[in-house]
Parts: sequence; C-alpha cells; structure tokens
Amino acid sequence: MELILEGVPWIVVLIILPLTGGMACFLFPKISKSLGLLTSLAVVACVWGLGWQLIEEGAQRYAIGGWGAPLGIDLYADGLSLVMLAVAALVGLGISVYSSAYFSRDKANHFWPLWLFLCGALNALFLSSDIFNLYVTLELLGLTAVALVALADGAQALISAMRYLLVNLMGSLFYLLGVAFLYHSLGSLDIAILAQRAQPSPAMWAAVGLISTGLLLKTALFPMHFWLPAAHACAPTPVSAVLSALVVKASFYILLRMWLEIFPMVGSSFAQLMGGLGAAAVLWGGVQALRQTRLKMLIAYSTVSQLGYLFLAFPLGMSVAWRGALYMLLSHAVAKAAMFMAAGNILAAGGDDRIADLSSITQRLPLTLTAFSLAGMSIMGLPPSGGFIAKWLLLEASIQSGQWWWGVILLLGGLLAAVYVFKVVGHVFTQAEPKLEARAVPARMEWTALVLALVVIFLGLFASWPLAIMEIGSPFGEGDSG
Amino acid sequence: MNWGMALPLMVLGSSLIPGLMIFFLSEEHVVARTTLNLASAILKIVLIGGMFWGMLHGYHYESRLALLPGLDLVLRAGPLSMLFVLLSAGLWLVTTVYAIGYLEGSPYRSRFFGFFSLCVTATVGIALAGNLMTFLVFYELLTLCTYPLIVHRGTEVARKAGRTYLIYTISGGALLLLSTVWLYTLAGTLEFTERGFLSGLDTSVHPTLMLIFALLIAGLGVKAALFPLHGWLPLAMVAPAPVSALLHAVAVVKAGAFGIVRVVYDVYGIEFATDLGLTFPLAILAAVTIIYGSLRALFQDELKRRLAFSTVSQVSYIVLGIAVAGPVATIGGLIHLVHQGVQKITLFFCAGNLAETLGIHNISEMNGVGRRMPWTMSAFTIGAFGMIGAPPLAGFFSKWYLGRGALDAGQDWVILILSGSSILNAAYFLPILYIAWFKKPPERWPAERTFGRRETAWALLLPPVVTAIMTLLLGLLASAPFGLLEWARLIVSRGAGQ
Amino acid sequence: MSYVYLYALLGVGLFVLGLNALIIHPHMLRKILAVNVMSTGVFLVLVALSSRNEEVLPDPVPHAMVITGIVVSVSATALALILMLKVNRATGKNELPDRGRD
Repeated sequence: MELILEGVPWIVVLIILPLTGGMACFLFPKISKSLGLLTSLAVVACVWGLGWQLIEEGAQRYAIGGWGAPLGIDLYADGLSLVMLAVAALVGLGISVYSSAYFSRDKANHFWPLWLFLCGALNALFLSSDIFNLYVTLELLGLTAVALVALADGAQALISAMRYLLVNLMGSLFYLLGVAFLYHSLGSLDIAILAQRAQPSPAMWAAVGLISTGLLLKTALFPMHFWLPAAHACAPTPVSAVLSALVVKASFYILLRMWLEIFPMVGSSFAQLMGGLGAAAVLWGGVQALRQTRLKMLIAYSTVSQLGYLFLAFPLGMSVAWRGALYMLLSHAVAKAAMFMAAGNILAAGGDDRIADLSSITQRLPLTLTAFSLAGMSIMGLPPSGGFIAKWLLLEASIQSGQWWWGVILLLGGLLAAVYVFKVVGHVFTQAEPKLEARAVPARMEWTALVLALVVIFLGLFASWPLAIMEIGSPFGEGDSG
Repeated sequence: MNWGMALPLMVLGSSLIPGLMIFFLSEEHVVARTTLNLASAILKIVLIGGMFWGMLHGYHYESRLALLPGLDLVLRAGPLSMLFVLLSAGLWLVTTVYAIGYLEGSPYRSRFFGFFSLCVTATVGIALAGNLMTFLVFYELLTLCTYPLIVHRGTEVARKAGRTYLIYTISGGALLLLSTVWLYTLAGTLEFTERGFLSGLDTSVHPTLMLIFALLIAGLGVKAALFPLHGWLPLAMVAPAPVSALLHAVAVVKAGAFGIVRVVYDVYGIEFATDLGLTFPLAILAAVTIIYGSLRALFQDELKRRLAFSTVSQVSYIVLGIAVAGPVATIGGLIHLVHQGVQKITLFFCAGNLAETLGIHNISEMNGVGRRMPWTMSAFTIGAFGMIGAPPLAGFFSKWYLGRGALDAGQDWVILILSGSSILNAAYFLPILYIAWFKKPPERWPAERTFGRRETAWALLLPPVVTAIMTLLLGLLASAPFGLLEWARLIVSRGAGQ
Repeated sequence: MSYVYLYALLGVGLFVLGLNALIIHPHMLRKILAVNVMSTGVFLVLVALSSRNEEVLPDPVPHAMVITGIVVSVSATALALILMLKVNRATGKNELPDRGRD
C-alpha cells in the first residue's frame, strides 16, 4: 500500500484525471453524470494520496517531461497547495453531488465536461511553479467559468457572463504583461528561481503593479469587484457556488504565492494599500448585502465582503496572519458553497428568491435553513466554526503587530454579517403559512448543503490538522511561529 | 472507561444529543418528545450528581480538545462550576415539566424543545468552562440558541424583540472576543487559575489590563443586564413564559453574572483587581443598576415586565457582592446567584400560570386572583418575600451576608443601597400581593380555561410549588452543614478558583 | 539596442489604447476587438524584449509564450463572439448595459 502511495506521481494524476474525465463526459454524454461523480471522488482520493506523500516526504517537486527548470516547467506541491487542493476537491465533490440532481438532461451534457475542465484547471493552477503556466491555467479557469455562467438562461445571465469574460481577459492580459517584465528583468519563469533572483528595480515595480492589478481584478477586490455580484447571482446555483468558493480564490492563491516568494522586498506601502482596500471591501460589501432584495445577490455581496478579510493579512505580514487568512479562505469556500446551495434549494422550491417572500417557503425546508444558518455562523465568525478560528488568528495578528485598526474592521465586518444573515434566518420564525404550491427539492440537494455546512463546524472544532498541514514545506517562511 | 475525561462530555451530551434528536421528531410525536425531554433532564441531574460526589471525594474531571496550537477547549469540574451547573440542571428539569404543560397544543414544539435542550447544553458548557476561550465559545452559542426561543411565537413583537436581543448580545460578544484575544496575546494563556493569571505581568501593561477589564465587563454586562446594557431584557419578555422563566431569570443573565465572577476571580484575581482599582467602579455600576431596576419596576403594570426589571436589579446584587471584594460579601453574592434563580423562576412560573389559565397579563387585572388560584399565589408570595429579603427565606441570607460583607470591607454606602432597594422591592411586590389576596375578584377573567377542580394543569402547578418550597428550604437550611453557605465559603476560601 | 525598446514601448502603447477602448465603448464587438489589440500589444512587448545582442539568436522562451498566448487568445475570442451573439439574440441589442442597475 505504501508503495502505491509513494510511487505514483499524484501531482500529475491530479491534473490529468479531471481533464480526461471532462473529455470522457464530452464524448459519452449519456453517462456523463456518473463519470462526473466518479471523477470527483477520484480527485478526492488523489488529494489524499498527495497528502500522504507530502507528510512522509515533505514538499514535492515534479519536472514535466523530465525537463526541469529553468527551461522546463515544474510542478510544485507544499502545504499551501495541498490545502487549496483539498478545499477544491472537497467542495468540488459536494458540487458534483448537488449538480447531479440539479441540472436537466440537456444542460447536464454541457455542464459536466465544462465543470471537470474547470477542476483540472484549478488543480493545475494550485500545482504550478511556473508563472507562465499559471497564465495558461488562469485563462482555462476563466473560460470554463464563463461558459458555465452562460449555461443559465436569460438575458441577465448572458450579460453578466459577457462582462465576466471581458474582465477575465483584461485581468489575464495585465498579468501577462507583468510576466513579460518579470521575465525580462530576472530571466526565468520558475517561482523558486525568481525568488532567489528578486531585486528591486523599476521593471520589478512595474511587474508587481501589473501582476497585482490583474490578479486583484480577478479576485474582485474593491473597487474592482463590480462584475462579481451579477455573475455570481445570475449563474446556475452550483456554478455560483464554484465561483464564490473556488474560482476567486485561485487568483488570490497566485497573488499570495507571488507575495510570499517574490515580492516581499517590495515594501510595506503597497501592503497597506491592499489592506485598506480589503477593509473597504469588508464594509462596502457588507452594507450592500444588507440592501439586497434577492437572496443570491445578498450572498454574492457577502462574498465581496468576505474576500476583503483575506487582504487584511498583507499589511499584518506575520505568520499568524497568513494562517488566519488561509483558514478564512478555507472556511469561506465551504461555507459559501453551502449557502449558495441552500439558496438554490429555496429557489427550486419556491420559484424565486426574493427575501421578503422567504417566510412561506422556509417552513418546508428545515434542512436547508439549518445549512444556511450553520454556514452563516462561519460567515459571522461565531464559534464553533472555521470562520471563528480565522477571525481569532487575524485578531491575534492585528493586536500583536500593533495595527489594531484591522481588528476593528474584523469586528465591524462580523457585525454587518450578523445583520444580513439574521435578516434571512429571521424569516424562519414567522407565523406565515407554508406555501402550498412549493415544488419538492431533491433530498440530495438538501443534504449536500447540510453536509458542507457541518464540515465548516468541524473546521471550527478540529483546526489543528489543517493548520499543521499548511506548514509543510514552510510556505510562510521560517519566521516566527505566531 | 476514563470517567475523568468522559463525564464532563457526557453531561454536555445528555442534553445535546436528545436536543438534536428532538428536531427530527414531527409535531405529533408528543410522547416520544416528552420522554426524551424528561429523560435527558433527569439523566443530566444524575450525571452531575455523580460528578459532584466524585469531586467531593477528590476525583479530577477534565476534558480537553485542542482548538488551536496552544489553546484548548476545556471542561473542568470545580466548586464554582458545580454550583452553577447544579442550579442550571435542577431548574431545567422543573422548567421542562412546566414548558411541556405550557406549550400544550401550540405549534412548532419540536423546534422549541430542540433549541431548549441546546440552550441548556450551552449553559452547562459555560458553567464547566475551564478557560476563557471555552467560556467564550459557549457564551456565543447561548446567544444563538436563545434567539429562536425568543422569536418562537413569530409575531412582529417577538421578531422585533429578537432583533434587539441580537444587536445587544452580538455586539457584547464582539467586545468579549476582542478582550479575550487581547488577553491571550498579553498573557499567553487563558486558563482559569485560582487568584488569576494576570498578576505576574509587567506593570507597563497595567493600563491596558484596565481597558481590557472594562471591555470584558461591557461584553458580559449585556447578558448580565447591567445598566445601561439591559435594554433587551424587558423586550424579551414577549417570549413564552418557560423561556422567560429559565433563560432570563436563570440561564442567560446568570451566565453574564457568572462570567463576571470568573473574570474577577479566575482571570484577574481579586487582589490584583482591587490593586488596579477595578472593583470600585464595578461596585458603583452594580449599585446604579440595582436602584435603576427597582425604580423602573415600580412603574410597570405588565407583570412580566415588572419581574424583568426586578431581575435587572437583583442580578446586580451578585456583581455587587463580587465587587465589594470582601470574603463575606462574595459569599453573599454567590449564594444570591442560587437564591435569585430559584425565587425568580417561581415568580415567572406564577406569572405564566396567570396568563395561561386566566389570560391575565397586567397587575391591574389581578384583583382577588388569590382566591381563584391559591397555590399559585402562595408560591408567588413566598417568592416575593424572598426577593424583599424577609427572614427566614433564602433572599434574607443573601442580603444579610452582602450587608455584613460590605461593613467588613469598609464600604458602608452599600448598606444604603441594600436597604434602599429592599424598600423598593417591597414597594413593588407588596401591592401585588395586596391586590391578589385582598381585593374583590372581577365578574369574569380575561380568558379563562378550566381544569376541573384543580386551579390549573398539573404541569403548570407543580413547578412553582416545588421551587417555592426550595426557597423555604434554602432559607431554613442555610446554615446546615452541607448547606449552601458552607459551599460558598469553600469557594471563597479557595479564591473562587478551580 | 534602443530600437528594441521602441518596439516594446509600442507594445505598451497598444496595450493602453486597447484598455481605453475596452473601458469606453459599450458596443460588444468593439470591446472584443479592444481585447485583441491589448493582447497584440502584450505579444509585441514579449517579442521585442526577447531580442538579445545582434550576434546571438533571440531568446526563444518569450516566443513560445507568444505562440501559446495566440492560441489562448483565439479560443477566448471565439467564446466571446459566440457569447456576444447570444446576448444579441436575448436582448436585441449589441451593447452591454450600464452596470449601475441591479
């Protein structure tokens, strides 16, 4: 057994498996649902295998085709990538199960290949150590995501998909231009080599600015968040979940990698800027979420707000802060997926998701509302949930580093979240009569939402394991242990 | 099996698991639900009794779960925790019986009893918490579990009350979180220690510690209904009577007061807190709350609101006892934790009986009700006199010890506060008794339900009678060898530590 | 070597012009064209910066990047055009509406 676990190049399998799965689904549409589910399960197993390898042997590096850097392309897995892969695999499995009941026959034929290609792109992104390879995976991710958004019918969805596509392309081009400058100054495309050669210079500054702009556009940091609410709200529900939970996190991951390895010497003012924008995102997104009349828009603005938390780690810069931001990323991914699934259930049962009309539908969906409330606990940062652990770590960092104002933003964000979460949950406790014409929601959809929400609670109780895994390969540097 | 580790978890589980099971029962399964409710309440008392016995015989009970590197969730049994946990569990059993009778035939009972059980789980977690982190976790959980009970009826009034409750408690929780993290970064630990764990820190951080103390009191003071953070409590009276009875007379407000006790004794340490000059402002705040609550109570016609303001006032006796910082005063505060709980729950049970049986909500409607419901009003009378502090009832002993302790500690002004509030208590309780017993009953009650020859349903009648008897016993047996006073002395002599 | 930098500057100029057009024009086809102009600009920068001194052949890595980039650009443009047609069919208009509305 150990031989299998150690001998197989799990890194490569993780990329190839979803790609072949996607192609198979395209070629054999009749069995695409089963193929899709099987592939998602297999991806989870592969992540498990990779994790085993990492724990036994430490960070893994794999040269594609046997040609290593600087000319060839390397794949690299450490604790940080493993955590991202694990989230993607877990949430991906949940989304696959949900989608198997959600889509009708003809939509499903389009969905499964696109979804599996997206998974492949995600996995490749998390494992790339080559900045141009990252561009390719980013583009693949963006194109599949746009196509998935466009699966929904209706002008709104198509318009938001078009806008999303243009934003994606704009972001990627900024990124590519930055890569061009970076390559020109330092002569390599491999992150590890770049880290060794990094020197401040005008070209470097330009590269940092361009790459960051491109990635921030894709991560929808305020004020470049304008495309997100429409795209996430108008997409089909499983796609909304994928977008909020995973796709926006991918560009953040790249930014984080670059920041930790190549950009540290850039200086603190840029970090403060990102922190400031993050704070603005937290507050702006929270306030906007309150004003929404439709549930999916509320959840989408909540994503804008929660993404702001991730950027608070940049000015704080300590190991505790990075771990807090990553844990926030982790918890938000699972919680947001659960929330969108819950909203999808409500939509499926009642026909529309107007918040004011929720009272009549909530009585029929106790499991769904429980899932929403549990996920809401994490979004609010109340114990015991993953969001609470993340909030704690970030608060600890902000107090320890003396930059207490970020802590205030954290607390304010939590209060705003409480207002909009309870705005929805409060509709459960009314005297409204249950709606008579509600459609039945497939059990699979309700249970997937609930299971994911329970995972978030577990993340709040058993935080030591993910935190320990994050440290494999010391992606956050050998500095203080927090 | 390792009882030391398992027993605290089992105590928690005895209400958590049945609570979760109850959620899945549909409305018609009355027998199953009632059985689960009562069985879990009895089981909990048995387990706690066992833990108590074990603690007396020197056994050590502690469960740990690593939450973060260097920070655990800890459940531990000690004299102070056992005091609170026994109170909660005992009163929960009584309230469960009451609630079963009160909610007879009303909708969403499974949802209600599910959250009811979760509330008790949270309260027990607060009681058994062994460090500030565990306390915080269960404290916030309590907020989340009590909200559905407040808004249970689903009316506009209830939902508004629920919103206000959330605004207050979640803001308080944010302050509590901030101060906890801050303390952790300064001290590196959060474990409750006899005499506190902060006295060893450098003098340069003392001003910061004073600020943190203020934040902690603000965060805890919301639930403990300290002035001016008490605003949610009168509004929350819109909840069904069992909820008001248990949660707002016992569990939620006591959790806040218990938290303040923990902070003063096991986080700062009473000597350190006094050195920093923190106890005097706290005593002032408590005194203001005592007088304010009593004054507001005078002007309420709605019975439950009058009782609510009375709670605001009475819970601050506990805080006052702690803040006066003498051992005798602390004893007074601690025993009042128990006495207030038992007495107040009696009063709320009676108020609920009046509402359920006769449709009475206001005092002005209570003319001559003593003749119609003698047992209920007798229980009410005992509870009221206990509140006023008449011997030989329980409340008398709390006030006596508080007063003596204040004199011992040289804080003579506290006597004025105590006597003033006792007079006010009499002023707002005695008229009720007069109206109930000595006025002529009206032609018809607002909304009467008959129960044959009994004055009201058994499930509604028994609980207040039981708690009234407990009030009597607590008073009569106060100085007995294993009585409450001895226990309180034990806690205080150990510095209220574990 | 300065003429190399001239080409690079030209590439950046194209990028900026394309960006401007992307932001300003509401017509979808113009936006798509603008993106193509932007990508051409980036490719020009890559190719220009890949030249080394006159004796040696230019660095092949950026050329490989450009080729890959062209492939990506073609696929993206194809998707964008189809999406544009769909939007046109659904709304009857060729322009993306103002994003101020909900």
